[in-house]
Amino acid sequence: MNTLVWKAGGWLVLAALAFMAMALAADGGFAVHMGIIMAACLIGLWVTVSKADYGAIARGIINTPVDQGVYDDDPIRWSVIATLFWGMAGFAAGLYIALQLAFPALNLGSEYTTFGRLRPLHTSAVIFAFGGNALIATSFYVVQRTCRARLAFPGLARFVFWGYQLFIVLAATGYLLGITAGKEYAEPEWYVDIWLTIVWVSYAAVFIGTIAKRSEPHIYVANWFFLAFILTVAMLHLVNGLAMPVSLLGAKSYSAFSGVQDALTQWWYGHNAVGFFLTAGFLGMMYYFVPKQAERPVYSYRLSIIHFWSLIFLYIWAGPHHLHYTALPDWAQTLGMVFSIVLWMPSWGGMINGLMTLNGAWEKIRTDPIIRMMVIALAFYGMSTFEGPMMSIKAVNSLSHYTDWTIGHVHSGALGWNGMITFACLYYLVPRLWGRQRLYSLRMVNWHFWLATFGIVLYAAAMWVAGIMQGLMWREYGADGYLVNSFTEVVTAMFPMYLIRALGGLMYLAGAIIMVYNVWMTIAGKQRDEKSMTETPHNVDADKPIVAQPAE
Amino acid sequence: MAENKYIDEPTGTETVGHEWDGIEELDTPMPRWWLWTLYATIIWGIVYVILYPAWPLVNSATEGVLGWSSRGDFAQEMEAREKELKPIRQALVSTDINKLSGSPELMQTAIEGGRSAFKVHCVQCHGTGADGIRPGSGYPNLNDDEWLWGGDLEAIEYTLIHGIRNPDHEDTRFSQMPAFGRDGILTSAEISDLVSYVRNISGKEKQSASAQRGAALFQTNCALCHGADGKGDRMQGAPNLTDAISLYGLDRESLTYTLTNSRYGVMPRWGHRLDPATIRMLTVYVHSLGGGEASPALEEVAQETLEDIPAGSDGADTADDAAAGGGGEGREDVQS
Repeated sequence: MNTLVWKAGGWLVLAALAFMAMALAADGGFAVHMGIIMAACLIGLWVTVSKADYGAIARGIINTPVDQGVYDDDPIRWSVIATLFWGMAGFAAGLYIALQLAFPALNLGSEYTTFGRLRPLHTSAVIFAFGGNALIATSFYVVQRTCRARLAFPGLARFVFWGYQLFIVLAATGYLLGITAGKEYAEPEWYVDIWLTIVWVSYAAVFIGTIAKRSEPHIYVANWFFLAFILTVAMLHLVNGLAMPVSLLGAKSYSAFSGVQDALTQWWYGHNAVGFFLTAGFLGMMYYFVPKQAERPVYSYRLSIIHFWSLIFLYIWAGPHHLHYTALPDWAQTLGMVFSIVLWMPSWGGMINGLMTLNGAWEKIRTDPIIRMMVIALAFYGMSTFEGPMMSIKAVNSLSHYTDWTIGHVHSGALGWNGMITFACLYYLVPRLWGRQRLYSLRMVNWHFWLATFGIVLYAAAMWVAGIMQGLMWREYGADGYLVNSFTEVVTAMFPMYLIRALGGLMYLAGAIIMVYNVWMTIAGKQRDEKSMTETPHNVDADKPIVAQPAE
Repeated sequence: MAENKYIDEPTGTETVGHEWDGIEELDTPMPRWWLWTLYATIIWGIVYVILYPAWPLVNSATEGVLGWSSRGDFAQEMEAREKELKPIRQALVSTDINKLSGSPELMQTAIEGGRSAFKVHCVQCHGTGADGIRPGSGYPNLNDDEWLWGGDLEAIEYTLIHGIRNPDHEDTRFSQMPAFGRDGILTSAEISDLVSYVRNISGKEKQSASAQRGAALFQTNCALCHGADGKGDRMQGAPNLTDAISLYGLDRESLTYTLTNSRYGVMPRWGHRLDPATIRMLTVYVHSLGGGEASPALEEVAQETLEDIPAGSDGADTADDAAAGGGGEGREDVQS
């Protein structure tokens, strides 16, 4: 009973503090955020009080013992649902801002719905909310299975999930309210940054703690990648987020860096957010789910070692290629470009190891839509990691920089690699996490696959054409050596490409809607009556942690 | 560990012997093409960092044996272009603007340069087609032969250099129509009559009792600037009201707004932002768009208006001075 009183009291104190901060806030945005935090604390209080097992407390049982013989999958189930939820929000926001670019009237004349505020909403929703929840779900799933151990610090693992959702809500509402630190992919202000730091350190503690209590002698390669992702993102976030708040009760802060140092720090962060969040973390997913779904051994252990270490060593230096032909000194631009090009093969190591793992199971590409998703994901991964080094070459960059080619590049990676591998992992996870025999429908997975694939092709092709056209029009000189096109003429020329891009986005969103329905029905325990496709069997008996038996 | 190794049947490759949740690993050597491409990029990287600026030192960085720098590269390109342009620019600036039309080759070069400069500096308001984006936008169409402040080369250049209604600049083109309604000079019924009259002389409306009443009001309130016949006065940028061309629209609503609140269109001055040669190129380009007037026209117009406005005539012996004096006069009127 005592613990319950303490817990409830704690929630109440936190809510009261948030209320005070709200009342004393220096600006409206900060007040709204403190209101959200207060609401979160009150929800926590309500859950604590209403869910308590009063019968058990009356009988004097403090903690109901948990079954150590099964994996701790509750936070994973929540993260899977959060991945789908935020994914839908992020894709829809993306489609909307794509249409805004084609039809500016869709800005609706309101500050809350301008492209400038909705764009970070889209990027953060897809990268950090959709991608982040997918990473939390898969990393917690994979680390338990490959360590044959339950999650360390189960309470902290739940805090990681809920704390991360609060971070997402604060970030998203902040963008709409106009609160921004002005750093791309790191827009949240100082207090949200501090909150994320607390959540992230907890995440690291749970993950490393689970590895530490593993029952396996070795650490599986997927966990190296997850670990590199968690540790590096912590470092990037801490350094790039260094800032001085104007007031402890206000949203605004100023970065610790200024000028070209700020730009370089920002792109050191920005590039490695791609490198460690969207590449290393998702390679961790790939290294577990591809061999599991293919039921084949990983292609090359040696390749995994060499490409892992070379990837993480090289990625961290490549950021300056975002600042070619700027005030950044030449030497830094050179190094950014050289490291980017040497990064090409280490990146491809992951693709080779993923694709070649299908050696001996190639026929599954025809018969298993989940494998097909994984293969297309790896193909887009390979394409983007070739395109990236190419675009970092200064001569290429002088054409591609500031154009929609960059947008095309990002989306072939994000939609093709991150999206597809996430969808495949979710389709693998859902029946296993909810104890269903199979997905509601594999045929729908197939539909999702084709809609998404054609959507990406339309998107990427439209942006390549738009970007290269834009770059060429900007630098087009007439016979007398004068520039030929005005900026607005270039914008007008891109209009049809913007329409095709929006159509591609719509198809991608449509595929995701099918997935949500499919997952919903699977969780509901239904199975669609359809012609069967290849299923990967699930060995329920082997899906258990190894529990140390007390010595006789 | 070793005892768990075995040869994987489909690939014929030995496994490493590890196993995690059913996942095993093959001991496949790294693909040779992969490894050699990695080595090749590393070697290329080493060569590149020797050739180009690369390694940070305490106060500077290695410069690279090629001696290349992005600033140097840029300066070189700019220098080459400057060299190419210099004779053209010099010829443009040193030729008397009224005699430019005598050298068609120079005019053509200037038009090309002006077209490019126009796309950078002017399209935002005047539109990519120089048509003022749309009728009634408040930005003049530069393709027609209707000019507010004069359409010969000299007048256009003056407008470009000094701008229109730049309050911080002495020589700017300046005039301001009174806000007849807002400032209580005329009643709304009178404004309505004036609107009828203006629409009548611009051919938008038939003669009416309202327009007739407006005609009388026009003579007392508007003729000073727009002229007794409503044909306007370029000395003050007062538009010709007898044609169908209008900056802000000739429908009743727009005209009522103009008469009630006045308008205050501003064009930035470019004299301190662009070099004289670029301004001259812009001048020639705008002049070439279709409505450019022959040079002597300005002097005639100036002479005519100088006779009409005694205040502007003191000591103005060239058209240029007259234009500047007239503008200055207008501004003083408003300020007093």
